[in-house]
Amino acid sequence: MNRILREAADTPAIGAAVPRPNGRRLLEGRGRYVDDIALPRMAHVAFLRSPHAHARILAIRAETARGMPGVLDVVTGQDLAETVQPFAGLLVHFKGMKSAQQRCIAVDRAAWQGEPVAAVVAETRRQAEDAAARIEVEYEPLPAVGSLAAAAEPGGMIAQPELGDNVCFTREVEGGDWDRAMAQADLVVERSFRFPRHTGVCPEGRSVIGDWNPADRRLTVHISHQAPHMIQDCYARLLGLSESDVRVVCPDVGGSYGIKTHVYGDELATCALSMRIGRPVKFVADRLESFLSDIHNRDHAVTAKLAVKRDGTILALGYEGTQAIGPYSVYPRTSVVEGNQIANICGQWYRLQGYRAKVRALFTNLAPYSNYRAVGHPVAVGVTEGLVDAAARQIGMDPAEIRRRNLLRDEDFPLQTPSGMKFEGMSHHRCLDTVLRMMDYDSLRADQAEARRRGVYRGIGLASMIEITNPSAMFYGVGGARISAQDGCTVRLEPQGGIMVLHGCGEQGQGTETIFAQVVADAVGVPMGRVRLVTGDTDATPYGGGTWASRGAGVGGEAAWQAGRALRKSILDLAATIHQRDAAQLDIRGGIVVDAATGEQVTDLAEVGRVAYFRPDTLGGVRPELSVTRHYLPTQYAFAFTNGILACHLEVDPDTGFMKLLKFWAVEDCGKVLNPLLVEEQMRGAIVQGIGPTLLEECLYDERGQMLNGSMVDYLVPMAAEMPDMEVAHIETPTRESAIGAKGAGEAGTAGAPAAIMNALNDALSPFGAELTEMPFTPERILRALGKS
Amino acid sequence: MDEEIELAFTLNGKAVRRRVPVRLHAVDLLREVFGLSGPRVACEHGICGACTLRVDGQLARGCLLLAPQLEGTDVWTIEGLTATGEIADLQNEFHARNAMQCGWCTAGMLITAAEILDAPAPMDRQAIREHLSGNYCRCTGYQAIVDAVEATRQARAAGRSAA
Amino acid sequence: MKAAGFRFLRARCVAEALALKAEHGEDARFIAGGQSLVPALNLRLLEPRALIDIAGLPELTGIRVERGRLVIGALTRHAALTGDPLVAAHAPLLLEALPYVAHAAIRNRGTFGGSIALADPAAEWPACCLALDATMVLTGPHAEGERRVPATEFFRGLYATALGPDDLLLRVEIPCQPAGTRNAALELARRHGDFAIVGVAATASDRELKDARIAFFGVADRPMRFAEVERALAVEGVSAAAEALARQVDPPADLYHSAATKRHLAGVLLRRAVDRLRGAA
Repeated sequence: MNRILREAADTPAIGAAVPRPNGRRLLEGRGRYVDDIALPRMAHVAFLRSPHAHARILAIRAETARGMPGVLDVVTGQDLAETVQPFAGLLVHFKGMKSAQQRCIAVDRAAWQGEPVAAVVAETRRQAEDAAARIEVEYEPLPAVGSLAAAAEPGGMIAQPELGDNVCFTREVEGGDWDRAMAQADLVVERSFRFPRHTGVCPEGRSVIGDWNPADRRLTVHISHQAPHMIQDCYARLLGLSESDVRVVCPDVGGSYGIKTHVYGDELATCALSMRIGRPVKFVADRLESFLSDIHNRDHAVTAKLAVKRDGTILALGYEGTQAIGPYSVYPRTSVVEGNQIANICGQWYRLQGYRAKVRALFTNLAPYSNYRAVGHPVAVGVTEGLVDAAARQIGMDPAEIRRRNLLRDEDFPLQTPSGMKFEGMSHHRCLDTVLRMMDYDSLRADQAEARRRGVYRGIGLASMIEITNPSAMFYGVGGARISAQDGCTVRLEPQGGIMVLHGCGEQGQGTETIFAQVVADAVGVPMGRVRLVTGDTDATPYGGGTWASRGAGVGGEAAWQAGRALRKSILDLAATIHQRDAAQLDIRGGIVVDAATGEQVTDLAEVGRVAYFRPDTLGGVRPELSVTRHYLPTQYAFAFTNGILACHLEVDPDTGFMKLLKFWAVEDCGKVLNPLLVEEQMRGAIVQGIGPTLLEECLYDERGQMLNGSMVDYLVPMAAEMPDMEVAHIETPTRESAIGAKGAGEAGTAGAPAAIMNALNDALSPFGAELTEMPFTPERILRALGKS
Repeated sequence: MDEEIELAFTLNGKAVRRRVPVRLHAVDLLREVFGLSGPRVACEHGICGACTLRVDGQLARGCLLLAPQLEGTDVWTIEGLTATGEIADLQNEFHARNAMQCGWCTAGMLITAAEILDAPAPMDRQAIREHLSGNYCRCTGYQAIVDAVEATRQARAAGRSAA
Repeated sequence: MKAAGFRFLRARCVAEALALKAEHGEDARFIAGGQSLVPALNLRLLEPRALIDIAGLPELTGIRVERGRLVIGALTRHAALTGDPLVAAHAPLLLEALPYVAHAAIRNRGTFGGSIALADPAAEWPACCLALDATMVLTGPHAEGERRVPATEFFRGLYATALGPDDLLLRVEIPCQPAGTRNAALELARRHGDFAIVGVAATASDRELKDARIAFFGVADRPMRFAEVERALAVEGVSAAAEALARQVDPPADLYHSAATKRHLAGVLLRRAVDRLRGAA
């Protein structure tokens, strides 16, 4: 009996809170990560790393190491200098930026503690480490730039002497009418802020297997990474291969958060070593080398001011900030995007009449530095929202009220901000109203007053914000980086009626594959269970940028939608041919081709597949094409900006300086919500990554550039006991640039949490007249602000 | 040459005996010698909990156990606990809430949580959080994990009282 | 990182353990629970040529009461204290401190004696032993049988104790506390289960606090009692005690906390411990 399907689909997949089909294997210990891959004859590499932040390498004696059990190869930077090209992250649209060239293994000079100086390949990792410990390196320590302050000191030490100074990049932005805005101000609130250097602490350390097959003259790279095609391009060029000689496969990835979007010398060297010995070579960064060699981020010192009127009108924001990067601008995304983004977005969600920003990136001899989740945002949001609250306190206005008076209004859009950003549409006031309702703001204020009478100090903090998502080619491509802003998706009808999706954006746990399955299911008209995904393989998927900058859903999802719709049309055309119908009168519902008017089944996808693949001879010359590829690139807007608001409720013990996070609320507008379950979990996870460096996380260095807390004993990551429950709600302002209307959702929590905590903390401490703007907010800093330490 | 030792123990319900290097910690042993992929390391110094195993009925850090210390023990990994179905309900609750993102911490988190699913005394969310506080997750922010554990505990308690 | 190579030697009795140690000397280390030793091996901070496994020594196990003393075998796992009726009856301070000791997985494998032998200055058990006037019973190759060392003499400096390099801690003996004894174990740590920034383990026979014994941890290179603090508390009260503490305590800074902060926090904990001791028994 034929099914009758009247609706477009029984239940649309888009917008549903669908659990991840690919999550099951992770729950059963069946995930397949790089370290789970064991290839025949696979060897292992261990790197010997510089113990000095800056040192000349006078001699390396490796004879003993070479003779150790299991050792296959021992190399220095010099040994790979001929075969591996040097690299540096330099983009032409960052005018005037400079960097020294980095080697995959240091040659003659090490520029940070942790830079590889030699590598040992052995049959096992243990044997490689045994031998690495027996390599003798003679160093001549050089003066090191061990902090942001040292890098900024006039006439101070220089991290890369060949460059002449420590300045990698500077940029100044001015918009609106600064002088006029300042002239109207009743008061100017000025504060200094400090955002600590921290790092990603991916549960899975960076991992790679380089598998050079001399017979095929082909390098297969199994790598824990977010951007397989970027790695293919970079490795091919740096290793002197053609692109088609390099296949990059990204299996399951145990956390990435931006840490795994870069080219790392040790990973590249691993591939070069495979080419030397003609065997697969595996490298898995252990936790200690992760702390010293994963990219670090933030490390900003900022002075900023906000000009306001007594009635709460915000007039102008001025920002001046310096960031301490590492010894090289990290390849290929550079180390200066963070500051650049701050200059682009700081304060831009308010109705500013004047804006000035000056950002500076300085080289140091600390670990390499580049993009990590919410690049620049925690700083931009922290500074803006911190100043807004400081102004509110000074004029005696409620923090919610000052935001209500100044946040961009729905009718303001579209607009170009004083910094030059184009905003399509936002929902700041609806987000504000929603969060105040969710948290029952007035009751919390009443509770706060009552608690204070009992000597209990609670604080409420709000942080409005925006987030850069769906970057266009204006992000990297315009600067000459071979990092794709477009992404591609192939959708294919299988003979038995299944749908195979091959996509350039991969999965690192965000739910990317689930989103694509939902989108394709609805686009074609099939149940989601019929859709299978292939991602993370440059041999299989269309060319694309990968998963970063909250682009997977918005850019990748749109490519999937377009491909799915195109396949749907191909299927309908073919069904119409087979059944002598008008394609315009057919529809695909629940995987069945039906008469659009009556819902009566005409055929099903398995039958269409059977004819297309096994009996195309019956089609009278029609050639079915049931694999379609579509690529998508946002072009109207450089970025799809999302907006939202976070709220934090906390309690401070003024005797100990300890802080307890009581609750978080978040309202986010990421456009069309494709899967609320996944968006909410992105928000919660991102909030906790924002809480980390606000309360706990900081890469501590001494003045010689020695990291002091490079283990999980000493570097404090957020654990379950201290983290709050987080309530999340959505407002939807879809982007009209794409059919699905989705913007990104991966980073907002990290962007806004530090500001929300800072404002709540300062609200709690306001009876003491204490205020903190230096993160992380340790008990020590809180006690010091209270005059108790 | 690595010193080796003859090692006999029970792994996921089956007696095993193998000659192994003594310096392997339990996770490397289970992965390299026995081909398991559930046990993982993220720190190898006893902080992150990704390596959590059940040894003689109790939680243990796999990276802090040397292979010879497993002699005569009864070791369970996520593979075994999945096969017996003992934590199927917990795995379902994790799945429904996306309490695993990248999945690296998940096996350790499940094994740690399993220990308190049948604890008779009431446990509030903070107590659950404290029990899980030796297991690092970078993706979820922990709430979905706590929700999943709480829901499983409640469902099991309801099942017991109904029985 | 992976541990460097070593031999693994199982001792079946104390005499064998000592003989193996004598044979291998400084190249060998005892391993019990291994919860502190194995990380050091994995990080190659220690590269012993041999490990002597003492986990199977029958002489070092069990919790019992003998002649008015609670005797805790050195191999007693932290978790084994949980719900132990003898501990609850005779040294309930230990149960107050237990929730602060690391995490469940560590408590299941780590040993009471191992923690005391390691003598981390921020650990709970050494301070409890000091507050409870415990005696450590040890043996070694050169000793005539067993040596008994009171807690006050056992902890000698940073990770330094009365244990010689070849000595073995056998058990800890704690005078049984009379019923009605008051106890307080408090600590401040950034995260649940971390080593303490500062902590306090205190006991007193009644709410008058004339005989309070207050041991601090995380404030020096070893657990510390301050006679002047306890005297001031007995004679003048908590404010005087806090002032005495501020004069006496000179904590080393750690990565995140200055000496001044730790001094302040020790004072806060002192007041809170006193409140707890004076509260309902």
